[in-house]
Amino acid sequence: MKLPVYLSLLAESETTLADSYLQVAGVHGDEPDVHFLCLTMAAQCQAHRRMLDGVVARYGEAPAGHEPERLHADGMRESRTGPLGLLRDLQDLYLLASFTDVTWMMVKQAAQALRDADLLEVVDACEHEIAVHVRWLQTRMKQAAPQVLIAAR
Amino acid sequence: MDQLLADGIDEADVDRWVRSACVLCSNGCGCDIAVKDGRMVGVRGVADDPINHGRLGPKGLHASWQGMEHRDRLTTPLVRRDGELVPASWDEAMTVVVERSRALLDEIGPLSHGFYTSGQLFLEEYYALAIIGKAGIGTPHMDGNTRLCTATAAFSLKETFAADGQPGCYEDLDECDALFLYGHNMAATQTVTWSRVLDRLDGPEPPVLVVVDPRETPVARRAAVHLAVNPGTNLALMLALVREVLENGWTDDAFVDAHTVGLEELRGQAAPWTPEHAAEVCGVAPADIREAARIFGTSQRVVSTVLQGFYQSAQATAASCQVNNLHLLRGMIGRPGAGLLQMNGQPTAQNNRDCGADGDLPGFRNWQNPAHVEELAQLWGVDSLVIPHWAPPTHAMQLFRYVEQGSIRFLWISATNPAVSLPELARIREIIAEPEAFVVVQDLYLTETAELADVVLPAAGWGEKTGTFTNTTRTVHLSEQTVDPPGEARSDLEIFLDYARRMDFRRNDGAPLLDWSGPEDAYRAWQECSRGRPCDYTGISYEDLRREGAITWPRRPGETSVQRLYADADFATRAEYCEDYGHDLLTGADVGKEAFAALAANGRAILKSAPYAGPHEPPDDEYRLRFTTGRSVYHFHTRTKTARAPGLDAAAPSVWVEMAATDVAEHGFSDGDIIEVRSRRGRIVAPLRVTGIRPGAVFAPFHYGYWDAPEGAEQRHPTAANELTVTEWDAVSKQPVFKTAAVRVARTEDAR
Ligand code: SF4
Repeated sequence: MKLPVYLSLLAESETTLADSYLQVAGVHGDEPDVHFLCLTMAAQCQAHRRMLDGVVARYGEAPAGHEPERLHADGMRESRTGPLGLLRDLQDLYLLASFTDVTWMMVKQAAQALRDADLLEVVDACEHEIAVHVRWLQTRMKQAAPQVLIAAR
Repeated sequence: MDQLLADGIDEADVDRWVRSACVLCSNGCGCDIAVKDGRMVGVRGVADDPINHGRLGPKGLHASWQGMEHRDRLTTPLVRRDGELVPASWDEAMTVVVERSRALLDEIGPLSHGFYTSGQLFLEEYYALAIIGKAGIGTPHMDGNTRLCTATAAFSLKETFAADGQPGCYEDLDECDALFLYGHNMAATQTVTWSRVLDRLDGPEPPVLVVVDPRETPVARRAAVHLAVNPGTNLALMLALVREVLENGWTDDAFVDAHTVGLEELRGQAAPWTPEHAAEVCGVAPADIREAARIFGTSQRVVSTVLQGFYQSAQATAASCQVNNLHLLRGMIGRPGAGLLQMNGQPTAQNNRDCGADGDLPGFRNWQNPAHVEELAQLWGVDSLVIPHWAPPTHAMQLFRYVEQGSIRFLWISATNPAVSLPELARIREIIAEPEAFVVVQDLYLTETAELADVVLPAAGWGEKTGTFTNTTRTVHLSEQTVDPPGEARSDLEIFLDYARRMDFRRNDGAPLLDWSGPEDAYRAWQECSRGRPCDYTGISYEDLRREGAITWPRRPGETSVQRLYADADFATRAEYCEDYGHDLLTGADVGKEAFAALAANGRAILKSAPYAGPHEPPDDEYRLRFTTGRSVYHFHTRTKTARAPGLDAAAPSVWVEMAATDVAEHGFSDGDIIEVRSRRGRIVAPLRVTGIRPGAVFAPFHYGYWDAPEGAEQRHPTAANELTVTEWDAVSKQPVFKTAAVRVARTEDAR
């Protein structure tokens, strides 16, 4: 069974996403909405990660040769500055959040097929929050894009 | 009937009385202006006006007319030359404005332009500005200081009912058996309505009063339950109240089933918030939370009013929506005595929301609904592509951020004073003074903001121009021109129309975009724009207003006014009709059309909530106290008018700071000491008053800027509360968070 691979992948991607939010929050402190919401969303990702730990333990480690490192999405290396940098950083976050979002979807499908009520409960608690992250990032990018691409210095 | 006339003037001396209403708070009390020899010499309340029944408060009595006639009034345009503001003719000043405007439109386009207006112009003026901004220039960067006062009122209504529009009315106060004031010190904000409440409290069968406020305000002193919550923790309290109502079965199940969606999500959000848990976070007694919930849950007719203690605090929209939820859970909406009042701060804030000079689309239209945008394009005779609708309109704090970053380079500020009223003033002063940004300021006086402008335009004000405005309970008054404006001052409408003419904005058919000759033309155009929308003015003409005095919207031709919205529990949540598809209340993420449609609310209200997150700048070891701001009963905003009324100025001449006795003792201070309050962003210096504020909190009124202070007071003796406040806003309404910042205090010498 390969579900453990995807559970590890999901746990890793929540951690990567949390770290990336923290990094963006740190660099874009002059955009208070981005700053504070990234901190809030990082905390949510860390909570997801903790909830997944129990599930990962229950299903066991991923079998050798399928270690999540070979599958996972890279986090953000360094944040950019300025209006264009902010837009591009949000876009990176969007990719990571979407990746996490769709990974939840697949884990949910497997949990349903396995009739794993406990895992479904974890999915229920987390999946929606990541979907909101994706929508928030879209909302914020839509707002910022015209100004950045047309009028910014 | 309250009346005040100038010294030495008797009623017999008055040449004529002209009908108007007061523009010094959102009440909009009906009044008559006394005129003698072409001057305003006093006011009196209108006895049969449904808003105030002849009463006027101190601001209305004194400042409404005395605040207009001061010798400091601007009487000629000013243009900055070699660093100095010097007098200029209208033609010179407008030429400078138009040349810069054109050049930037050519070079960068509409996104280089921003407009920041007020909650104190007239409806006609907002509508003109909205058309100029949206159809003339085509910029999304339009907002008003209504963002600071009333944005959360609008958004909480949009989230729950899918459209703006005050559900209740003041008559509900006369019939309620319980009254909840959430972050609303009514005795200071709307004195006349507080008198109406006092009539009830001191009369037979008084309503039970519950107050949520960290300070022991005059309204809190009359409360049966006073919940003095820690600043920034409102949502925790509200979720506990919701939970208690649900747990105790105080819900109107038939109403909730038939007329709401989202009960299970709400139940889930509220579940962790036992009274004990909320009590710990909020710093109040669990028994008081239980008692407040019991009062809400078991009274028959509850009126709730919500104001800045919620709107300008952490998670503003989420907390305010819980008030809507409580009313919905108990089926208390749209019937006498069970009134929900998401209040406004300013007198004409509602018109800015109606007309869309705050960035919304006029007539509560939905920017995400192409049919709504097309309606406006048809009305205005322009292509719908011109009207920005690709994203939500730019909110005030973001607008100033774009100026700071140099991407907005033309900023037109009308009738507001951001150099004192926005958060983190040192930053705001720098932004406005930024040489690359071309700033136009249009006002009555040379405010702190005007002093930093490139062009200053002298505006006519109340009594000097004609127009309509709408109070917080949807009641419209006509305010007629009474006297001539001083010098060359012009009405804001004239100024906007002049700009439109000089810019040669045109409709697709080649006709001028704005061909109005005066306010009544503007009003008629607005009536057309409002047709069929929730704020329908088509049955309220100037003639009707002259005849009837005060009229409540909506009123369609041949129909009567709708006194209470949603009496039929048919809410504005149909996708094609709604003003907004709503937001996630924690992050502000757009719900979007598809998800909104999937909710299938279809006329049912939406029970929305969010997890509690708490204030973003909680106290810590370095800054151990929580700072909050508010007003004096004698002043409005930055005292532009009120400090020019001698009686009001004498009653509250200078800033002060309030702390609780225990904190004062701990710091070794005593009453009257001069103390410095410092946050991460700045400091103020003021005498200390020991009051009944909750321990751990520090309060200062926000009125005291620098126009009447010695040169350099911003540095040597800062008094503006917003030196301390934080640049942050609610995720949904984008209202700045004025009421929670971490501060520390120390005794200091008076440096004045
Ligand atoms: S309550 Fe408001 S509108 Fe009425 S007189 Fe006082 S300031 Fe004016």
